[in-house]
Amino acid sequence: MTTMTGAAYIKYELLRTVRNKRAFIFSLIFPIVLYFLIAAPQRGNKFLDKYGISAPQYFMVGLLGFGTMIAAMSSGARIAAERQAGWNRQLRITPLTPRTYFRAKVLSSYLMAIVSIVLLYASGLSLGVRLHPVDSWFKMTGLILVALVPFAALGIALGHLLTNDSMGPAMGGITSIFAFLGGTWFPVTGGGFYANLCKGLPSYWLTRAGHIGLGSTSDPWGSRGWLTIAVWGVVCVAFARWAYKRDTGRV
Amino acid sequence: MTSTDIAESTTTGVHVSGLTKSFKSPQGPVHAVRGIDLRIDVGETVALLGPNGAGKSTTIDMVLGLTKPDAGRIELFGRAPADAIAAGSVGGMLQVGGVIPDLNVRELLDMMASLYPNPLGVTEVVELCRIDDLVGRKTTKLSGGQTQRLRFAIALIANPDLLILDEPTVAMDVEARRQFWTTMRQFATRGKTVIFATHYLEEADEYADRIILMARGSVVADGPATEIKAHVGLRTIRATLPGADVAALATLPGVTNVDTRGEAVILNCSDSDTALRALLPAYPTARDIEVTGAGLEEAFLQLTGDETEEAA
Repeated sequence: MTTMTGAAYIKYELLRTVRNKRAFIFSLIFPIVLYFLIAAPQRGNKFLDKYGISAPQYFMVGLLGFGTMIAAMSSGARIAAERQAGWNRQLRITPLTPRTYFRAKVLSSYLMAIVSIVLLYASGLSLGVRLHPVDSWFKMTGLILVALVPFAALGIALGHLLTNDSMGPAMGGITSIFAFLGGTWFPVTGGGFYANLCKGLPSYWLTRAGHIGLGSTSDPWGSRGWLTIAVWGVVCVAFARWAYKRDTGRV
Repeated sequence: MTSTDIAESTTTGVHVSGLTKSFKSPQGPVHAVRGIDLRIDVGETVALLGPNGAGKSTTIDMVLGLTKPDAGRIELFGRAPADAIAAGSVGGMLQVGGVIPDLNVRELLDMMASLYPNPLGVTEVVELCRIDDLVGRKTTKLSGGQTQRLRFAIALIANPDLLILDEPTVAMDVEARRQFWTTMRQFATRGKTVIFATHYLEEADEYADRIILMARGSVVADGPATEIKAHVGLRTIRATLPGADVAALATLPGVTNVDTRGEAVILNCSDSDTALRALLPAYPTARDIEVTGAGLEEAFLQLTGDETEEAA
Protein backbone atom coordinates (compact mmCIF):
# COMPACT_ATOMS: atom_id res chain seq x y z
CA MET A 1 0.00 0.00 0.00
CA THR A 2 1.43 3.34 -0.97
CA THR A 3 1.01 6.65 0.82
CA MET A 4 -1.46 7.81 -1.82
CA THR A 5 -3.76 4.81 -1.38
CA GLY A 6 -3.57 5.28 2.37
CA ALA A 7 -4.87 8.78 1.76
CA ALA A 8 -7.97 7.43 -0.01
CA TYR A 9 -8.65 5.09 2.89
CA ILE A 10 -8.28 7.94 5.40
CA LYS A 11 -10.55 10.15 3.31
CA TYR A 12 -13.39 7.64 3.62
CA GLU A 13 -12.77 7.17 7.35
CA LEU A 14 -13.13 10.93 7.82
CA LEU A 15 -16.25 10.96 5.66
CA ARG A 16 -17.69 8.24 7.88
CA THR A 17 -16.81 10.29 10.95
CA VAL A 18 -18.78 13.34 9.88
CA ARG A 19 -21.72 11.18 8.78
CA ASN A 20 -22.02 9.35 12.08
CA LYS A 21 -25.21 10.77 13.55
CA ARG A 22 -24.92 9.20 16.96
CA ALA A 23 -21.42 10.53 17.59
CA PHE A 24 -22.51 13.87 16.19
CA ILE A 25 -25.39 14.20 18.61
CA PHE A 26 -23.68 12.92 21.74
CA SER A 27 -20.18 14.27 21.23
CA LEU A 28 -20.93 17.58 19.52
CA ILE A 29 -24.50 18.71 20.06
CA PHE A 30 -24.76 17.70 23.71
CA PRO A 31 -22.00 20.09 24.97
CA ILE A 32 -23.51 22.92 22.89
CA VAL A 33 -26.98 22.39 24.30
CA LEU A 34 -25.48 22.27 27.77
CA TYR A 35 -23.63 25.48 27.03
CA PHE A 36 -26.69 27.41 25.97
CA LEU A 37 -28.70 26.05 28.91
CA ILE A 38 -26.09 27.23 31.39
CA ALA A 39 -24.62 30.33 29.77
CA ALA A 40 -27.53 32.00 28.01
CA PRO A 41 -29.63 32.75 31.15
CA GLN A 42 -26.53 34.16 32.90
CA ARG A 43 -25.47 36.66 30.28
CA GLY A 44 -25.71 39.49 32.77
CA ASN A 45 -24.01 37.72 35.70
CA LYS A 46 -22.47 40.50 37.84
CA PHE A 47 -20.29 38.24 39.99
CA LEU A 48 -18.17 37.14 37.06
CA ASP A 49 -18.18 40.67 35.60
CA LYS A 50 -16.08 41.79 38.57
CA TYR A 51 -13.19 39.74 37.17
CA GLY A 52 -13.69 41.11 33.68
CA ILE A 53 -15.04 37.75 32.50
CA SER A 54 -18.57 37.36 31.22
CA ALA A 55 -20.58 34.24 32.11
CA PRO A 56 -20.77 33.08 28.45
CA GLN A 57 -16.98 33.34 28.25
CA TYR A 58 -16.45 31.48 31.52
CA PHE A 59 -18.71 28.60 30.59
CA MET A 60 -17.45 28.41 27.01
CA VAL A 61 -13.96 27.80 28.36
CA GLY A 62 -15.30 25.38 30.97
CA LEU A 63 -17.14 23.26 28.44
CA LEU A 64 -14.24 23.34 26.01
CA GLY A 65 -12.26 20.81 28.04
CA PHE A 66 -15.23 18.52 28.55
CA GLY A 67 -16.56 18.72 24.99
CA THR A 68 -13.24 18.18 23.26
CA MET A 69 -12.38 15.30 25.57
CA ILE A 70 -15.59 13.48 24.64
CA ALA A 71 -15.06 14.25 20.96
CA ALA A 72 -11.45 13.06 20.98
CA MET A 73 -12.39 9.76 22.61
CA SER A 74 -15.36 9.15 20.30
CA SER A 75 -13.33 7.01 17.88
CA GLY A 76 -13.22 4.35 20.57
CA ALA A 77 -16.97 3.77 20.44
CA ARG A 78 -16.81 3.30 16.67
CA ILE A 79 -13.87 0.92 16.94
CA ALA A 80 -15.79 -1.22 19.43
CA ALA A 81 -18.79 -1.30 17.07
CA GLU A 82 -16.56 -2.25 14.12
CA ARG A 83 -14.95 -5.02 16.12
CA GLN A 84 -18.37 -6.36 17.06
CA ALA A 85 -19.35 -6.48 13.38
CA GLY A 86 -16.17 -8.45 12.64
CA TRP A 87 -14.88 -5.63 10.47
CA ASN A 88 -11.42 -5.63 12.01
CA ARG A 89 -10.96 -9.24 10.91
CA GLN A 90 -11.87 -8.19 7.40
CA LEU A 91 -9.32 -5.37 7.56
CA ARG A 92 -6.65 -7.75 8.79
CA ILE A 93 -6.82 -9.72 5.55
CA THR A 94 -6.10 -6.57 3.53
CA PRO A 95 -2.72 -4.86 3.03
CA LEU A 96 -3.84 -2.03 5.36
CA THR A 97 -0.92 -1.27 7.66
CA PRO A 98 -1.43 -0.62 11.40
CA ARG A 99 0.20 2.76 10.78
CA THR A 100 -2.46 3.86 8.30
CA TYR A 101 -5.17 2.36 10.47
CA PHE A 102 -4.02 4.40 13.49
CA ARG A 103 -3.50 7.51 11.42
CA ALA A 104 -7.10 7.31 10.20
CA LYS A 105 -8.46 6.77 13.71
CA VAL A 106 -6.41 9.59 15.24
CA LEU A 107 -7.40 11.98 12.46
CA SER A 108 -11.08 11.06 12.97
CA SER A 109 -10.72 11.83 16.66
CA TYR A 110 -9.11 15.17 15.90
CA LEU A 111 -11.69 16.01 13.30
CA MET A 112 -14.39 15.50 15.91
CA ALA A 113 -12.46 17.59 18.44
CA ILE A 114 -11.94 20.43 15.97
CA VAL A 115 -15.60 20.50 14.99
CA SER A 116 -16.47 20.52 18.69
CA ILE A 117 -14.12 23.49 19.26
CA VAL A 118 -15.49 25.43 16.31
CA LEU A 119 -19.09 24.86 17.43
CA LEU A 120 -18.34 26.02 20.98
CA TYR A 121 -16.46 29.11 19.76
CA ALA A 122 -19.33 29.97 17.42
CA SER A 123 -21.80 29.52 20.28
CA GLY A 124 -19.63 31.72 22.50
CA LEU A 125 -19.38 34.41 19.84
CA SER A 126 -23.15 34.34 19.42
CA LEU A 127 -23.50 35.10 23.14
CA GLY A 128 -21.07 38.01 22.86
CA VAL A 129 -17.75 36.39 23.88
CA ARG A 130 -14.74 38.43 22.71
CA LEU A 131 -11.13 37.57 23.55
CA HIS A 132 -8.30 40.07 23.83
CA PRO A 133 -5.85 39.86 22.23
CA VAL A 134 -7.52 38.10 19.29
CA ASP A 135 -4.68 35.59 18.93
CA SER A 136 -5.77 34.09 22.26
CA TRP A 137 -8.27 32.03 20.23
CA PHE A 138 -5.44 30.38 18.32
CA LYS A 139 -3.10 29.91 21.28
CA MET A 140 -5.91 28.31 23.26
CA THR A 141 -6.86 26.04 20.36
CA GLY A 142 -3.25 24.95 19.80
CA LEU A 143 -2.69 24.02 23.42
CA ILE A 144 -6.01 22.16 23.61
CA LEU A 145 -5.11 20.08 20.57
CA VAL A 146 -1.82 19.10 22.24
CA ALA A 147 -3.63 18.22 25.47
CA LEU A 148 -5.99 15.90 23.55
CA VAL A 149 -3.23 13.48 22.46
CA PRO A 150 -3.63 11.20 25.52
CA PHE A 151 -7.42 11.21 25.17
CA ALA A 152 -7.42 10.31 21.49
CA ALA A 153 -5.03 7.42 22.25
CA LEU A 154 -7.05 6.32 25.28
CA GLY A 155 -10.24 6.21 23.17
CA ILE A 156 -8.56 3.94 20.62
CA ALA A 157 -7.18 1.69 23.37
CA LEU A 158 -10.59 1.27 25.00
CA GLY A 159 -12.19 0.61 21.61
CA HIS A 160 -9.89 -2.38 21.20
CA LEU A 161 -10.36 -3.67 24.75
CA LEU A 162 -14.05 -3.25 25.52
CA THR A 163 -17.21 -4.58 23.94
CA ASN A 164 -19.63 -2.33 22.14
CA ASP A 165 -22.11 -2.63 25.03
CA SER A 166 -19.68 -1.62 27.75
CA MET A 167 -18.26 1.24 25.72
CA GLY A 168 -21.03 3.76 26.54
CA PRO A 169 -20.86 3.41 30.35
CA ALA A 170 -17.05 3.24 30.28
CA MET A 171 -16.73 6.41 28.22
CA GLY A 172 -19.31 8.24 30.33
CA GLY A 173 -17.58 7.23 33.55
CA ILE A 174 -14.05 7.96 32.42
CA THR A 175 -14.84 11.36 30.90
CA SER A 176 -16.85 12.36 34.01
CA ILE A 177 -14.01 11.44 36.37
CA PHE A 178 -11.40 13.14 34.22
CA ALA A 179 -13.58 16.24 33.88
CA PHE A 180 -14.44 16.39 37.58
CA LEU A 181 -10.88 15.87 38.85
CA GLY A 182 -9.48 18.01 36.06
CA GLY A 183 -11.29 21.07 37.31
CA THR A 184 -13.79 21.37 34.48
CA TRP A 185 -16.72 21.85 36.86
CA PHE A 186 -15.04 23.14 40.03
CA PRO A 187 -11.67 24.89 40.13
CA VAL A 188 -8.80 22.95 41.67
CA THR A 189 -7.22 25.09 44.40
CA GLY A 190 -4.48 24.79 46.99
CA GLY A 191 -1.46 22.50 47.01
CA GLY A 192 -2.56 19.49 49.08
CA PHE A 193 -2.69 15.86 48.08
CA TYR A 194 -6.00 16.26 46.25
CA ALA A 195 -4.76 19.22 44.21
CA ASN A 196 -1.56 17.39 43.33
CA LEU A 197 -3.53 14.36 42.27
CA CYS A 198 -5.63 16.57 40.00
CA LYS A 199 -2.56 18.25 38.57
CA GLY A 200 -1.24 14.83 37.60
CA LEU A 201 -4.17 14.35 35.19
CA PRO A 202 -4.17 15.44 31.53
CA SER A 203 -7.68 16.83 31.95
CA TYR A 204 -6.37 19.38 34.45
CA TRP A 205 -3.99 20.76 31.83
CA LEU A 206 -6.65 20.53 29.17
CA THR A 207 -8.80 22.77 31.36
CA ARG A 208 -5.81 25.04 32.01
CA ALA A 209 -5.26 25.39 28.26
CA GLY A 210 -8.72 26.91 28.12
CA HIS A 211 -7.69 29.47 30.73
CA ILE A 212 -5.95 31.39 27.97
CA GLY A 213 -9.49 32.31 27.08
CA LEU A 214 -9.91 33.73 30.57
CA GLY A 215 -6.97 36.07 30.19
CA SER A 216 -4.29 33.74 31.59
CA THR A 217 -0.60 34.18 30.71
CA SER A 218 0.55 33.03 27.29
CA ASP A 219 1.83 29.73 28.74
CA PRO A 220 -0.64 28.46 31.34
CA TRP A 221 1.18 25.11 31.55
CA GLY A 222 4.79 25.71 32.50
CA SER A 223 7.19 22.78 32.53
CA ARG A 224 4.94 20.75 34.84
CA GLY A 225 2.04 20.93 32.41
CA TRP A 226 4.10 20.01 29.38
CA LEU A 227 5.74 17.15 31.24
CA THR A 228 2.41 15.78 32.50
CA ILE A 229 0.86 15.86 29.03
CA ALA A 230 4.00 14.30 27.49
CA VAL A 231 4.04 11.44 30.02
CA TRP A 232 0.31 10.77 29.62
CA GLY A 233 0.70 10.97 25.85
CA VAL A 234 3.50 8.41 25.76
CA VAL A 235 1.71 6.07 28.19
CA CYS A 236 -1.66 6.26 26.40
CA VAL A 237 -0.12 5.75 22.95
CA ALA A 238 1.75 2.70 24.30
CA PHE A 239 -1.51 1.49 25.87
CA ALA A 240 -3.33 1.88 22.54
CA ARG A 241 -0.60 -0.06 20.72
CA TRP A 242 -0.71 -2.80 23.32
CA ALA A 243 -4.52 -2.99 23.15
CA TYR A 244 -4.45 -3.20 19.35
CA LYS A 245 -1.79 -5.88 19.41
CA ARG A 246 -3.63 -7.89 22.04
CA ASP A 247 -6.88 -7.59 20.09
CA THR A 248 -5.52 -8.46 16.67
CA GLY A 249 -2.39 -10.48 17.39
CA ARG A 250 -0.52 -8.09 15.13
CA VAL A 251 2.55 -5.99 15.78
CA MET B 1 16.40 -24.59 -2.35
CA THR B 2 16.70 -27.10 -5.20
CA SER B 3 15.39 -26.53 -8.69
CA THR B 4 12.44 -28.86 -8.02
CA ASP B 5 11.44 -26.74 -5.06
CA ILE B 6 11.46 -23.63 -7.21
CA ALA B 7 9.38 -25.33 -9.87
CA GLU B 8 6.95 -26.45 -7.18
CA SER B 9 6.69 -23.05 -5.58
CA THR B 10 5.54 -21.51 -8.83
CA THR B 11 2.65 -23.96 -9.22
CA THR B 12 1.71 -24.44 -5.58
CA GLY B 13 -0.77 -21.86 -4.40
CA VAL B 14 -1.34 -23.05 -0.87
CA HIS B 15 0.98 -25.35 1.03
CA VAL B 16 0.05 -26.41 4.53
CA SER B 17 1.97 -28.94 6.59
CA GLY B 18 1.47 -30.34 10.06
CA LEU B 19 -1.10 -27.67 10.91
CA THR B 20 -2.37 -28.04 14.48
CA LYS B 21 -4.57 -25.86 16.68
CA SER B 22 -6.21 -26.38 20.05
CA PHE B 23 -8.37 -24.00 22.02
CA LYS B 24 -8.83 -23.82 25.75
CA SER B 25 -12.31 -24.45 27.04
CA PRO B 26 -13.79 -25.04 30.50
CA GLN B 27 -14.12 -28.71 29.56
CA GLY B 28 -10.42 -28.94 28.72
CA PRO B 29 -8.57 -28.38 25.44
CA VAL B 30 -10.54 -28.57 22.21
CA HIS B 31 -8.47 -30.01 19.38
CA ALA B 32 -9.93 -28.04 16.49
CA VAL B 33 -7.29 -28.97 13.90
CA ARG B 34 -5.15 -32.08 14.36
CA GLY B 35 -2.26 -32.03 11.96
CA ILE B 36 -3.36 -31.14 8.42
CA ASP B 37 -1.24 -31.38 5.27
CA LEU B 38 -2.50 -29.80 2.05
CA ARG B 39 -1.09 -28.77 -1.27
CA ILE B 40 -3.35 -26.75 -3.53
CA ASP B 41 -2.16 -25.80 -7.00
CA VAL B 42 -2.49 -22.39 -8.58
CA GLY B 43 -5.78 -22.24 -10.48
CA GLU B 44 -7.50 -25.02 -8.54
CA THR B 45 -10.96 -24.56 -7.04
CA VAL B 46 -11.11 -26.59 -3.87
CA ALA B 47 -13.98 -27.22 -1.48
CA LEU B 48 -13.32 -27.78 2.20
CA LEU B 49 -16.26 -29.99 3.00
CA GLY B 50 -17.27 -31.06 6.45
CA PRO B 51 -19.91 -30.80 9.16
CA ASN B 52 -19.89 -28.07 11.79
CA GLY B 53 -16.93 -28.52 14.09
CA ALA B 54 -14.81 -30.23 11.44
CA GLY B 55 -12.13 -27.55 11.76
CA LYS B 56 -12.80 -25.83 8.42
CA SER B 57 -13.07 -22.29 9.79
CA THR B 58 -10.10 -22.71 12.11
CA THR B 59 -8.03 -23.94 9.18
CA ILE B 60 -9.15 -20.99 7.05
CA ASP B 61 -8.42 -18.52 9.85
CA MET B 62 -4.90 -19.92 10.12
CA VAL B 63 -4.35 -19.81 6.35
CA LEU B 64 -5.45 -16.15 6.45
CA GLY B 65 -3.14 -15.39 9.37
CA LEU B 66 -6.05 -14.52 11.66
CA THR B 67 -5.29 -17.34 14.09
CA LYS B 68 -1.82 -18.44 15.10
CA PRO B 69 -1.26 -22.19 14.67
CA ASP B 70 0.09 -24.21 17.60
CA ALA B 71 2.30 -26.04 15.12
CA GLY B 72 2.77 -26.39 11.39
CA ARG B 73 3.68 -24.31 8.38
CA ILE B 74 1.57 -22.35 5.92
CA GLU B 75 2.80 -20.90 2.64
CA LEU B 76 0.70 -18.92 0.17
CA PHE B 77 2.48 -18.71 -3.19
CA GLY B 78 5.70 -19.60 -1.38
CA ARG B 79 5.30 -16.81 1.16
CA ALA B 80 4.13 -16.49 4.75
CA PRO B 81 0.39 -15.61 4.96
CA ALA B 82 1.13 -12.13 6.33
CA ASP B 83 3.45 -11.37 3.40
CA ALA B 84 0.97 -12.65 0.81
CA ILE B 85 -1.75 -10.53 2.42
CA ALA B 86 0.50 -7.45 2.56
CA ALA B 87 1.16 -7.94 -1.16
CA GLY B 88 -2.59 -7.92 -1.81
CA SER B 89 -2.64 -11.48 -3.20
CA VAL B 90 -5.42 -12.70 -0.94
CA GLY B 91 -9.12 -11.93 -0.84
CA GLY B 92 -11.42 -13.39 1.76
CA MET B 93 -15.01 -13.66 2.78
CA LEU B 94 -15.08 -14.67 6.44
CA GLN B 95 -17.85 -16.70 7.97
CA VAL B 96 -19.16 -14.06 10.31
CA GLY B 97 -19.03 -10.41 9.57
CA GLY B 98 -20.95 -7.30 8.81
CA VAL B 99 -19.90 -4.18 7.02
CA ILE B 100 -19.24 -0.70 8.39
CA PRO B 101 -21.96 1.98 8.47
CA ASP B 102 -21.97 5.59 7.20
CA LEU B 103 -21.02 4.76 3.61
CA ASN B 104 -22.93 3.59 0.59
CA VAL B 105 -22.01 0.41 -1.26
CA ARG B 106 -20.00 2.15 -3.97
CA GLU B 107 -18.03 4.18 -1.42
CA LEU B 108 -17.21 1.12 0.67
CA LEU B 109 -15.99 -0.76 -2.42
CA ASP B 110 -13.91 2.24 -3.43
CA MET B 111 -12.46 2.46 0.08
CA MET B 112 -11.50 -1.21 0.08
CA ALA B 113 -10.11 -1.04 -3.44
CA SER B 114 -7.77 1.74 -2.30
CA LEU B 115 -5.99 -0.72 -0.01
CA TYR B 116 -4.80 -2.99 -2.83
CA PRO B 117 -1.97 -2.53 -5.30
CA ASN B 118 -3.84 -4.05 -8.24
CA PRO B 119 -7.58 -3.92 -7.53
CA LEU B 120 -10.46 -4.56 -9.89
CA GLY B 121 -12.44 -1.47 -10.78
CA VAL B 122 -15.56 -0.80 -8.74
CA THR B 123 -17.68 -0.90 -11.90
CA GLU B 124 -16.21 -4.26 -12.89
CA VAL B 125 -16.88 -5.82 -9.49
CA VAL B 126 -20.39 -4.40 -9.39
CA GLU B 127 -21.05 -5.98 -12.77
CA LEU B 128 -19.37 -9.27 -11.85
CA CYS B 129 -21.36 -9.59 -8.63
CA ARG B 130 -24.54 -8.17 -10.18
CA ILE B 131 -25.05 -5.66 -7.40
CA ASP B 132 -25.76 -2.63 -9.59
CA ASP B 133 -29.11 -2.35 -7.80
CA LEU B 134 -27.24 -1.85 -4.51
CA VAL B 135 -24.45 0.63 -5.33
CA GLY B 136 -26.26 3.76 -4.13
CA ARG B 137 -27.65 2.11 -1.02
CA LYS B 138 -26.35 2.70 2.47
CA THR B 139 -24.50 -0.35 3.79
CA THR B 140 -26.83 -0.42 6.78
CA LYS B 141 -29.92 -0.69 4.55
CA LEU B 142 -29.07 -4.11 3.10
CA SER B 143 -30.74 -7.44 3.82
CA GLY B 144 -28.71 -10.39 5.06
CA GLY B 145 -28.35 -11.82 1.58
CA GLN B 146 -27.47 -8.43 0.07
CA THR B 147 -24.80 -7.93 2.74
CA GLN B 148 -23.33 -11.30 1.77
CA ARG B 149 -23.20 -10.20 -1.86
CA LEU B 150 -21.45 -6.98 -0.85
CA ARG B 151 -18.97 -8.93 1.26
CA PHE B 152 -18.26 -11.14 -1.73
CA ALA B 153 -17.68 -8.03 -3.84
CA ILE B 154 -15.24 -6.77 -1.18
CA ALA B 155 -13.34 -10.08 -1.39
CA LEU B 156 -13.19 -9.81 -5.19
CA ILE B 157 -12.19 -6.16 -5.41
CA ALA B 158 -8.71 -7.12 -4.22
CA ASN B 159 -8.35 -8.95 -7.53
CA PRO B 160 -6.71 -11.68 -5.44
CA ASP B 161 -4.71 -14.62 -6.73
CA LEU B 162 -6.16 -16.62 -3.84
CA LEU B 163 -9.82 -16.26 -2.96
CA ILE B 164 -10.97 -17.83 0.31
CA LEU B 165 -14.68 -18.11 1.10
CA ASP B 166 -15.90 -19.46 4.43
CA GLU B 167 -19.47 -20.77 4.04
CA PRO B 168 -20.27 -17.90 1.72
CA THR B 169 -23.86 -18.73 0.79
CA VAL B 170 -25.25 -19.00 4.31
CA ALA B 171 -27.76 -16.12 4.29
CA MET B 172 -28.61 -16.37 0.57
CA ASP B 173 -31.78 -17.60 -1.08
CA VAL B 174 -31.70 -20.11 -3.92
CA GLU B 175 -31.46 -17.54 -6.69
CA ALA B 176 -28.74 -15.56 -4.91
CA ARG B 177 -26.78 -18.78 -4.39
CA ARG B 178 -26.95 -19.64 -8.04
CA GLN B 179 -25.74 -16.17 -9.00
CA PHE B 180 -23.03 -16.29 -6.39
CA TRP B 181 -21.55 -19.52 -7.72
CA THR B 182 -21.76 -18.30 -11.31
CA THR B 183 -19.70 -15.25 -10.34
CA MET B 184 -17.25 -17.38 -8.37
CA ARG B 185 -16.64 -19.65 -11.37
CA GLN B 186 -16.32 -16.69 -13.70
CA PHE B 187 -13.64 -15.30 -11.42
CA ALA B 188 -11.92 -18.68 -11.04
CA THR B 189 -11.51 -19.00 -14.81
CA ARG B 190 -9.09 -16.07 -14.68
CA GLY B 191 -6.49 -18.51 -13.34
CA LYS B 192 -7.34 -17.80 -9.72
CA THR B 193 -7.00 -20.22 -6.83
CA VAL B 194 -10.22 -20.58 -4.87
CA ILE B 195 -10.85 -22.34 -1.56
CA PHE B 196 -14.34 -22.44 -0.17
CA ALA B 197 -15.72 -24.08 2.96
CA THR B 198 -19.16 -25.60 2.90
CA HIS B 199 -21.20 -28.27 4.57
CA TYR B 200 -23.27 -28.93 1.46
CA LEU B 201 -22.04 -31.86 -0.64
CA GLU B 202 -24.03 -30.51 -3.62
CA GLU B 203 -22.16 -27.17 -3.57
CA ALA B 204 -18.81 -28.89 -3.24
CA ASP B 205 -19.65 -31.40 -5.97
CA GLU B 206 -20.97 -28.83 -8.40
CA TYR B 207 -18.48 -26.00 -8.03
CA ALA B 208 -15.14 -27.51 -6.95
CA ASP B 209 -12.51 -29.35 -8.97
CA ARG B 210 -11.43 -31.09 -5.85
CA ILE B 211 -12.95 -31.80 -2.47
CA ILE B 212 -11.05 -31.98 0.79
CA LEU B 213 -13.24 -33.74 3.27
CA MET B 214 -12.66 -32.74 6.88
CA ALA B 215 -14.05 -34.21 10.05
CA ARG B 216 -13.04 -33.70 13.66
CA GLY B 217 -10.00 -31.65 12.81
CA SER B 218 -8.49 -34.01 10.26
CA VAL B 219 -8.59 -34.51 6.52
CA VAL B 220 -10.50 -37.76 5.99
CA ALA B 221 -10.54 -37.73 2.19
CA ASP B 222 -9.02 -35.62 -0.56
CA GLY B 223 -9.62 -35.99 -4.25
CA PRO B 224 -11.66 -35.09 -7.32
CA ALA B 225 -15.33 -34.37 -6.62
CA THR B 226 -16.54 -37.59 -8.25
CA GLU B 227 -14.23 -39.72 -6.14
CA ILE B 228 -15.26 -38.04 -2.89
CA LYS B 229 -18.88 -38.28 -3.88
CA ALA B 230 -18.52 -42.04 -4.28
CA HIS B 231 -16.72 -42.11 -0.96
CA VAL B 232 -19.38 -40.25 0.95
CA GLY B 233 -22.23 -41.01 -1.41
CA LEU B 234 -23.32 -43.88 0.76
CA ARG B 235 -26.67 -45.49 0.18
CA THR B 236 -29.60 -46.45 2.31
CA ILE B 237 -31.86 -49.42 1.71
CA ARG B 238 -35.34 -49.00 3.03
CA ALA B 239 -37.78 -51.92 3.07
CA THR B 240 -40.99 -53.02 4.75
CA LEU B 241 -40.09 -56.05 6.81
CA PRO B 242 -42.42 -56.73 9.79
CA GLY B 243 -40.83 -58.33 12.85
CA ALA B 244 -37.30 -58.05 11.54
CA ASP B 245 -34.35 -59.00 13.73
CA VAL B 246 -32.26 -55.83 13.81
CA ALA B 247 -29.14 -57.52 15.13
CA ALA B 248 -29.23 -60.15 12.38
CA LEU B 249 -29.79 -57.54 9.66
CA ALA B 250 -26.75 -55.61 10.88
CA THR B 251 -24.54 -58.63 10.15
CA LEU B 252 -25.42 -58.64 6.42
CA PRO B 253 -22.47 -57.85 4.18
CA GLY B 254 -22.26 -54.20 3.11
CA VAL B 255 -24.52 -53.01 5.95
CA THR B 256 -23.02 -50.65 8.49
CA ASN B 257 -26.01 -50.10 10.74
CA VAL B 258 -29.74 -50.69 11.00
CA ASP B 259 -32.63 -48.62 12.16
CA THR B 260 -36.37 -49.29 12.27
CA ARG B 261 -39.41 -47.08 11.68
CA GLY B 262 -42.45 -49.13 12.62
CA GLU B 263 -42.60 -51.97 10.12
CA ALA B 264 -39.88 -50.44 7.95
CA VAL B 265 -36.19 -51.15 8.32
CA ILE B 266 -33.49 -48.74 7.23
CA LEU B 267 -30.10 -50.21 6.36
CA ASN B 268 -27.20 -47.80 6.05
CA CYS B 269 -24.80 -49.36 3.62
CA SER B 270 -21.22 -48.94 2.61
CA ASP B 271 -22.00 -51.21 -0.35
CA SER B 272 -25.72 -51.29 -1.13
CA ASP B 273 -25.39 -53.70 -4.08
CA THR B 274 -23.84 -56.43 -1.94
CA ALA B 275 -26.25 -55.72 0.88
CA LEU B 276 -29.26 -56.02 -1.42
CA ARG B 277 -28.04 -59.33 -2.89
CA ALA B 278 -27.69 -60.70 0.62
CA LEU B 279 -30.94 -59.23 1.89
CA LEU B 280 -33.35 -60.68 -0.66
CA PRO B 281 -32.53 -64.42 -0.28
CA ALA B 282 -32.34 -64.12 3.51
CA TYR B 283 -35.58 -62.15 3.85
CA PRO B 284 -37.87 -63.06 0.94
CA THR B 285 -40.80 -61.22 2.60
CA ALA B 286 -39.08 -57.83 2.31
CA ARG B 287 -41.11 -55.51 0.10
CA ASP B 288 -41.44 -51.82 -0.96
CA ILE B 289 -37.66 -51.72 -1.34
CA GLU B 290 -36.06 -48.32 -1.97
CA VAL B 291 -32.37 -47.56 -2.42
CA THR B 292 -31.38 -43.93 -1.89
CA GLY B 293 -28.17 -41.94 -1.52
CA ALA B 294 -27.50 -41.10 2.09
CA GLY B 295 -27.23 -37.55 3.33
CA LEU B 296 -23.84 -36.05 3.95
CA GLU B 297 -24.29 -35.98 7.70
CA GLU B 298 -24.82 -39.75 7.76
CA ALA B 299 -21.83 -40.18 5.51
CA PHE B 300 -19.69 -38.17 7.90
CA LEU B 301 -20.83 -40.23 10.82
CA GLN B 302 -19.82 -43.39 9.02
CA LEU B 303 -16.45 -41.96 8.06
CA THR B 304 -15.63 -40.65 11.49
CA GLY B 305 -16.94 -43.58 13.50
CA ASP B 306 -19.15 -41.87 16.06
CA GLU B 307 -21.09 -38.68 16.43
CA THR B 308 -19.62 -37.28 19.63
CA GLU B 309 -18.25 -33.96 18.51
CA GLU B 310 -15.10 -33.08 20.30
CA ALA B 311 -14.08 -30.17 18.11
CA ALA B 312 -16.02 -26.94 18.32
